[in-house]
Amino acid sequence: MARTVLQQADIARALTRISHEILESNRGANDLVILGIPTRGVVLADRIGRIIAGIEQGTDPSAIVGSLDITMYRDDLARHPTRTPSPTQVPRQGIDGKTVVLVDDVLYSGRTIRAALDALNDLGRPRVVRLATLVDRGHRDLPIRADFVGKNLPTSREERINVRLTEIDGTEEVSIEEATSER
Amino acid sequence: MRHLLSTKDLGRAEAIQILDIAEDMADVQNREVKKLPTLRGKTVVNLFFEDSTRTRISFEAAAKRLSADVINFSAKGSSVSKGESLKDTAQTLAAMGADGVVIRHSASGAPQVLAQSDWIDAGVVNAGDGTHEHPTQALLDAFTMRRRLFPGDSRGRGLDGVSVVIVGDILHSRVARSNLWLLGTLGATVTFVAPATLVPVGADTWPVDLSFDLDATLALMQPDVVMMLRIQSERMNAAYFPSAREYGRQWGLDDERLARLRPDSIVMHPGPMNRGLEISAGAADSAQSTVLEQVANGVSIRMAVLYLLLSGEREALS
Repeated sequence: MARTVLQQADIARALTRISHEILESNRGANDLVILGIPTRGVVLADRIGRIIAGIEQGTDPSAIVGSLDITMYRDDLARHPTRTPSPTQVPRQGIDGKTVVLVDDVLYSGRTIRAALDALNDLGRPRVVRLATLVDRGHRDLPIRADFVGKNLPTSREERINVRLTEIDGTEEVSIEEATSER
Repeated sequence: MRHLLSTKDLGRAEAIQILDIAEDMADVQNREVKKLPTLRGKTVVNLFFEDSTRTRISFEAAAKRLSADVINFSAKGSSVSKGESLKDTAQTLAAMGADGVVIRHSASGAPQVLAQSDWIDAGVVNAGDGTHEHPTQALLDAFTMRRRLFPGDSRGRGLDGVSVVIVGDILHSRVARSNLWLLGTLGATVTFVAPATLVPVGADTWPVDLSFDLDATLALMQPDVVMMLRIQSERMNAAYFPSAREYGRQWGLDDERLARLRPDSIVMHPGPMNRGLEISAGAADSAQSTVLEQVANGVSIRMAVLYLLLSGEREALS
């Protein structure tokens, strides 16, 4: 039993708004680095990069967008079968002294972001780090919050949030699934 | 993966997964902070019953870059020289809480014995056993080939259609055996060239072409990769060829043979090299040589293997 909460147009509008908010808080695209967290965060970061390039003339999306793999920094590695990491790609300008915006699809416990902050620490020293997420579903385990949120979705811990994006899943939607046979 | 004992039982998907993770590990080595917190709190024991510098320090560097604690154990100056058995040594390590054991032994099959025993529950990595296998060397060789032959586009690929000529002491070489299985799994064609005295009995059943004439093979194959093996004088307890000079003239990669290779062919050597015997200084130091890349890639491959063996939940015994 899945209920769709965001459709294609809603996702597009949310990403456009987030892009504007990022530009507003950073006062332009200077010194901006947008890092997506695999898998779906990378797709979202890519889209935000292209929207920003459309707003701020003369911005090259490939020079500001990258990906940040956090597999090696997870705190639950020993509780799961081995995970295959994804590549980390940082734009050539690096992250030292930059405004880094982390992008993920769903913000839940906050543990992924904790791992991402550790990973960033080993790559360099950004001036500030911000967090953008398509869905914030609450239930944080750690003192972490998002700066740019596509949609706040109050959920219970038993529910599942499915984010599907065309590039990866072939369809485009965010849905809530009731707790059923899973787990 | 529970253990890495040989490349013979490594599937294609599994092998490519190791190579791809090694790509990520190689990226880490180019950063300012060359360390990952992944194996914090795990203990890796380097259990070396046979001399080795580069393999041991390569494993040590790999484990340390993943934040594991490393204990080096060499048979010389240990209780093994007082007659302790492999079983007692293994149980001692288990009692100390080793999570991974990297073992090199002069007896073929020693890592297998350790992995199948109930003496210790740790993940076992074969770092060379007798004349049997040396899987991480073959993996780093395949990784080096893939990066050189498909620069910038190596992820996810096998070595389909790549021709590899491996020259030298096939009889004693565990590197040749591990490469034979792994390169075959990845789709490469392998040719062994050696003096007839250095080809083991039963080699004709291997999925590989055998040749005794280096010049003819190089002219015929125009290979993508030429891999020279070390003449292992410590294992030469019989006369396999009349003299070192004659071996060098017939089966060594000298400057003249190097000049006849395709300009984009690569020259590999697992090290340590006997310059002037199986490989000339000119060939070893040429731009086509990957000897130093192989050393650097060795750390990335061993990080990938240790990550796969030790990071996740231990797979239950099947």
